Amino acid sequence: MSADVAVVGFAQSPCRVREDATTSGVEMLVPIFAEAFRACGLTRRDIGFWCSGSSDYLAGRAFSFVSAVDAIGAVPPAMESHVEMDAAWALYEAWVKVLTGEAEIALAYGFGKSSGAELRRVLALQLDPYLLAPLWPDSVSVAALQARRGLEAGRWTEKDMAEVAARSRAAARSNPDAQVSGSVSAAELLARPYVAEPLRAHDCAPVGDGAAVVIIAAADRARELCERPAWISGFAHQVDSGSLGARDLLSVPSAAGAASAAGAGGVEVAPIELAELHAPFSHQELLLREALGLGDGVTVNPSGGALCGNPMFAAGLARIGLAARAVMSGRASRALGHATSGPALQQNLVCVLSGEAS
Amino acid sequence: MSHPTAPLRAPLEIEFDYTRSLGPVLSQFMAALTERRILGARGADGRVHAPPFEYDPVSAEPPASLTEVGPEGTVVSWSWMPEPLAGQPLAEPFAWALIRLDGADTAMLHAVDAGSAAAMRTGLRVRPRWAERPAGSIRDITCFEPCDGPAGTAAEGSGGEPREVTPGMTVTPVRLHYMHTASPGETAYLRGLAEHRLLGQRCGVCEQVYVPPRGTCPADGVPTSEEVELPESGTVTTFCIVNVGYPGQKDQGFTPPYVAAAVLLDGADIAFQHLVLGCDPAEVRMGMRVRAVWGEPGGISHFTPTGEPDAEYETYARSL
Repeated sequence: MSADVAVVGFAQSPCRVREDATTSGVEMLVPIFAEAFRACGLTRRDIGFWCSGSSDYLAGRAFSFVSAVDAIGAVPPAMESHVEMDAAWALYEAWVKVLTGEAEIALAYGFGKSSGAELRRVLALQLDPYLLAPLWPDSVSVAALQARRGLEAGRWTEKDMAEVAARSRAAARSNPDAQVSGSVSAAELLARPYVAEPLRAHDCAPVGDGAAVVIIAAADRARELCERPAWISGFAHQVDSGSLGARDLLSVPSAAGAASAAGAGGVEVAPIELAELHAPFSHQELLLREALGLGDGVTVNPSGGALCGNPMFAAGLARIGLAARAVMSGRASRALGHATSGPALQQNLVCVLSGEAS
Repeated sequence: MSHPTAPLRAPLEIEFDYTRSLGPVLSQFMAALTERRILGARGADGRVHAPPFEYDPVSAEPPASLTEVGPEGTVVSWSWMPEPLAGQPLAEPFAWALIRLDGADTAMLHAVDAGSAAAMRTGLRVRPRWAERPAGSIRDITCFEPCDGPAGTAAEGSGGEPREVTPGMTVTPVRLHYMHTASPGETAYLRGLAEHRLLGQRCGVCEQVYVPPRGTCPADGVPTSEEVELPESGTVTTFCIVNVGYPGQKDQGFTPPYVAAAVLLDGADIAFQHLVLGCDPAEVRMGMRVRAVWGEPGGISHFTPTGEPDAEYETYARSL
């Protein structure tokens, strides 16, 4: 696996409900582009390829990502692309562009005004359009079906789920970008009512608006731009069946497959020390730890994770950015960023970052 | 809005129907639903998928034939929906469930009208409650209900209205509700229109004037904040003659043929699209001088020719 490309910059907006924000993302993007450029000593003219992740369904208008292009200043014309997915997949496209030599420096960005509509209902439109979407199964209810399967199979308890939430909120106290944080015990959380039995509010990511940006560069440029680049040692994504009722909801083959393809497990290399997992529901962190082969020694979601801030189409990219930041700052020598998309962890992406070039 | 500079916000309702062709497998499945039968497909590994796959996940082959399953089944997982959302199968609290129909190896997602969460459990035996008027859609099953209970008649949710059955096709209505927020620049522009003023913004770097304001200069990627008031006169840079109305077009006081034009206001650097009325469409031309006609209660109704000599091509060439 190549390690000729590295993450050199990352910035994200605080995750909040922003009534005053438009769905174009421009207001959220302009400041974080400036922050990321400042940190690397770059200007927008240095970016050879731009790729964004966002969704028209979230924005409520067609070609909404085109409005966001104002934020990148596309005169003279820029090489630009878009995915209707979390921007972690935009980063994957950018990585391929750099690997193939089409760009030296590339930037991926994602943005979502999740609060503009009823998010759990809008997400029904990502389901099979013949057999599922016409019933409007909302994302929280679908995740609850998966949570119950695990509860009844003895894979976890509601207390285990609450402990994930409590630990995440405690970790998020040191993350100013988090939407939810605080000191609360699992017992206190378990005393609260269900929102979609067996899920309680703490089991579900909050609805929040935000944006994130990651800058990557080819080897020589990366060393110029960053004292300690976060080298991408592996990057892969896989997808499971779109037929919800045909999947085994208690295994996540696409996550395990992506981790394997990205070389996350490998005993021949240094172990993963830190992982940022995109688990929008508490039980999904438990599923992902197992699928990705993360042992007890791995620090998981020191940011608080998606349970403390899940801006749609940016949260997965932010996981990679946060994992990279841990490597760039020297806090970890090998870290993993994960992103998910689709219902009940249908599609998964793994990016392994290392302090050492290959 | 209370504060004069607060961004304008308004509800935005979006409605559209997806009309989809079903393909060979789902056509049979939906046709069977109209006859109150449920079909599955046997895969290369011997497992029966219900609903049927279109291509076998193991062999990638289409199913050789479909086989009837159910209609009764067993709940394999469920969640409780205390406050149903618009479009969902039932208007009263219900369970979402993965249901393994008798004879099938995979599960089907649907609603179960159980009355209360206490009545739901994994392993519960359920049967379909059929819609009175089938439409060749998954909504031909209104919901499932416990086999040991009476046949129910709970209020159906919205979104499952009966439609014409067109073999091989299914129609899915989509209704989405947003709270749309205008940007600060758009807000100033819209408030200006109410006072019959045209407000744009100038980029501090390239000095281009944008109307309506964009908030950020698309050329430089920097925020724009300097407000510029523009006159109501301008030039047609380019145009088209609309000869055919579009479905659902409301009566706007004019009918095709009419002119949709790009109008460059004097002092602006980008054109915006508006109507040019008040003359024969055949008279409209590039370079034609026009002015805004205000409508009530505010906003530009359309542009109309001023009668001035046409603008020189060079004056608007770079805004084309």
